[in-house]
Amino acid sequence: MKAKINTCFQTWKHAVVYMKPLPKAMLLLAMLAALLVFPLIMTQNYIIHIVINCFIYITLSLSLNIIIGWSGQFSLGHVAFYGMGAYFTALMMLKGGINFWLATLISALAVGVISWILCRPTLKLRGDYLAVVTLGMGEVFRLICNNWTAVTRGSRGLPNIPKPELFGFVFQSKASFYYLGLAIFLLTLVFVSRLNTSGFGMALRTIKEDDVAAASIGIHPVRFKLVSFVIGCMIASVAGSFYAVYLGFISPSSFEFSESMSMMAMVVLGGMGSIPGVIIGSTVLTALPEMLRSLSDYRLVIYGALMVLMMIFRPGGIWGSKNRMLNIYKVKAMGGKKKVMSGE
Amino acid sequence: MLLQMIINGLTLGCVYAMVALGYSMVYGVLQIVNWAHADVLMIGTFIAVTLTNVLHMPIATVILLAAGITAVIGMLVERLAYRTIKSSDRKLAVLVSALGMSTFLQNLAQLIWGSGTSQLQLFTKKTYTLGSVGLTNIQLIIFATTAVMLALLYVVVNKTKMGVAMRACSTSIANAKLMGINTNAIISLTFGLGAVAAGIGGLCIGNYYNAVYSTMGYMLGMKAFAAAILGGIGSLPGAVLGGFIMGIVECLGAGYISTGYQDAYAFLVLFIILILRPSGILGAKYVDKV
Repeated sequence: MKAKINTCFQTWKHAVVYMKPLPKAMLLLAMLAALLVFPLIMTQNYIIHIVINCFIYITLSLSLNIIIGWSGQFSLGHVAFYGMGAYFTALMMLKGGINFWLATLISALAVGVISWILCRPTLKLRGDYLAVVTLGMGEVFRLICNNWTAVTRGSRGLPNIPKPELFGFVFQSKASFYYLGLAIFLLTLVFVSRLNTSGFGMALRTIKEDDVAAASIGIHPVRFKLVSFVIGCMIASVAGSFYAVYLGFISPSSFEFSESMSMMAMVVLGGMGSIPGVIIGSTVLTALPEMLRSLSDYRLVIYGALMVLMMIFRPGGIWGSKNRMLNIYKVKAMGGKKKVMSGE
Repeated sequence: MLLQMIINGLTLGCVYAMVALGYSMVYGVLQIVNWAHADVLMIGTFIAVTLTNVLHMPIATVILLAAGITAVIGMLVERLAYRTIKSSDRKLAVLVSALGMSTFLQNLAQLIWGSGTSQLQLFTKKTYTLGSVGLTNIQLIIFATTAVMLALLYVVVNKTKMGVAMRACSTSIANAKLMGINTNAIISLTFGLGAVAAGIGGLCIGNYYNAVYSTMGYMLGMKAFAAAILGGIGSLPGAVLGGFIMGIVECLGAGYISTGYQDAYAFLVLFIILILRPSGILGAKYVDKV
């Protein structure tokens, strides 16, 4: 029985190895086509709503992945930058009458500048210190939204955010928002994949592995970390802008710490640092609670337990462990065996 | 007015100090931050609520039982979420696992005790007035409890064999092992001791505000952690000093600036201290940074 399974596995593995180039491209095209025609086939608005939510969370966790997965900085305040994007866009559209596209651009730039200013002094910190400082940023942002009632209307939130418009076409229906969300998701995906294989991405991972070694070969750790942090925050801001116009209403309760926690769980579950992993992780964690409505009370209990269990049994995440096993340094160091050194 | 605020600040500071001790002790031994610390405290306080309001036990029994159960939960958390981690990227893995544990405990409490606020009244409130300053018996009890807890911890860490072993672990776990110290047991005990101090702190603040809720650990823990960093993480007198400063700053800020931002002052102090002196007031000069 075991031998049979093994043979099956070998055959499958060969199939994957030898047939890889063609089916992978075709698979991606087929997935893209499926995503494009999806709202034409699906008539249930509820399902489309879930998929749009998935797009938002995938974009968010891809941006968080740049910060956590690649440059190894533990940010627990990602929700603040997501919320800033949403609030800036909503305020500009409501009070300034600026159109969505310009507002999104300005918010992203503003969030970039703010994250630069906030993080410049703190990025020298590492690990737990950075985690608690970023958590503080998220908390302070929420407190400002709650207390600066003259601008943000406090906990009553900002209602009636106008819908975006493009050459006279108003995004009104769920399907139109679906395509807008899909566009944002695909743009982020392309950007992040390019970043992953670029010199910049390599430099980030070098810093994550060992920042002293990185500094010794001319990679300035603080500068690269700062830029990756700013990029991540700007992408989150775009997701926030989209969230604001999609729902048409935002309030501080949408940007609580538990949102940061969910994003973190998505990145960790999928596999820190792996793009397909993060996409799978966020899709599963967004769609699953919707499918299992009866379990919604247990959602965060399950998230918490999953994070602990993942760290114990599969620290690389669902997808990430593949990369770990193929890590040539470790495989060679252990005499060709697929073991990962435990330890200090 | 000022004196009143300082007294109220000191009361909060006592609680922060007791919670901060747990962070500092665990950091001293393992160099990790126990993110689930404050949630252990919350569970312990809820257990005290059940013991008092449902089972109607006498106060002494409640305090002893709650402290004992909190210690056991603290050790369990260490056993389940920290000792089991054997990843190559240990620091990040421990952080994620600790956060997961914290989320788990918080939402578990919400499932068991509901998301509302429970009442905890171990002592009924009596107010004494001295001139313009009001002082409640609960505040006095908190001061006394803190003094006793600090004295006890001082004796345990500095005068007992276990304390010597703990200090040995905080210097180097590998060397402590070579000296024949059962390091796993010591780490477990450290978590237990920290949880007891925090659990007592939780009872104090639960009784002070007469409110216990599932997210109480979150803000309390953050402020206590900020206090531990402020005093110098890993240093026990530092944690106490940081706790007092944090409590007073918070009350003065709430009194003179705005109560809406009460929770933000702790973080502001934290930003400033991390930028100016990341090792804290009484901490060693070394700090983990690039």
